[in-house]
Amino acid sequence: MADSRINVPPENRRGELFEVRISIRDAMETGYRTDESGRPIPRNVIRRFACRYNGDPVFAARTSSGIAANPYFRFFVTARESGTLDFEWIDDAGTRGTAQATIKVA
Amino acid sequence: MKVALVLLALASFCAHAQQRALPLDALRPGIEFSGADARALQSDDLANPGFLWVDRGEKLWRDSAAGQSCASCHGDASKSMRGIAARYPAYDANAGAVLDLEARINDCRVRRQKRPALQRESDDLLGLTAYVAYQSRGMPLAASIDGPARVTFERGREFYYARHGQMNLSCALCHEQNWGKRLYAETISQGHGNAFPEYKLEWQSLGSLQRRIRACMYGIRAEMPTYGAPELTDVELFLAWRGQGLAVESPGVRR
Repeated sequence: MADSRINVPPENRRGELFEVRISIRDAMETGYRTDESGRPIPRNVIRRFACRYNGDPVFAARTSSGIAANPYFRFFVTARESGTLDFEWIDDAGTRGTAQATIKVA
Repeated sequence: MKVALVLLALASFCAHAQQRALPLDALRPGIEFSGADARALQSDDLANPGFLWVDRGEKLWRDSAAGQSCASCHGDASKSMRGIAARYPAYDANAGAVLDLEARINDCRVRRQKRPALQRESDDLLGLTAYVAYQSRGMPLAASIDGPARVTFERGREFYYARHGQMNLSCALCHEQNWGKRLYAETISQGHGNAFPEYKLEWQSLGSLQRRIRACMYGIRAEMPTYGAPELTDVELFLAWRGQGLAVESPGVRR
């Protein structure tokens, strides 16, 4: 399940900062819990999260089991030209999640 | 004659008013008992994690993989589902029983879409429920307890005021007689269901009213009814009646 919600401003002015918000559906299983029969549940958290703006990296984070479920990232990017923001994240199991947002710059 | 009529009207009004478990002006939604962090999360739809499920529900609403989607019959949910959740749980003539929103969605799935029922507390069922409930945001709870729903309601009321479990507590002892007071670090709320399904930070997930009631039963060391058990629907209907007039907040956020 790689659901995510992204929010970026509909229009941006060149050279100005705009706010990016993304929340990702992920259980962020810590590895410290056990299931109903007492067996440990293996850790499975998002390890890396990155955002590219027209291919160039603009934000990256290394996350660990200290981050709550359904992580929420909020950061600022300088508007350069219209294009796309590409989000990518990968968890312990190697599952890769992606999302994309369109950026309009006037 | 006129005076008598007015008196009669007044008397019936008073009788009606007394039927409320909590007077209308004393009704307070759970969010008012919550901390600033939960309130901030709930009031910002972009930060509220519950919307991850609302979005999922919206996708499922249009999912026509098995032939008919929800939208094939019900169209635009923002119109067709507006106010529906505020009236649930409700008596369903086809099922011959009172159904909560989750059960009603599953009923539609099995009977109309011919698809297997979704499991309680699965992300898909929570998603659809949250999506439908979200369409009623801001509308006052107004479940009907008349006609065939009456029996269910009375059973729910009985359950609510009966003592349960090793601690020998009833729902009313906390949520009716002691709301607003502290229970360790928590402020006891009035125990309304108007924000469900809700994102509970403790669960790190969205959860249904049934899950919340089960958690209360666990807390008072009583036997937890299984998901979908009639007792839970009974209490859900009683709670909906008890909270009538409160605005739907789904998806809510609580600690």
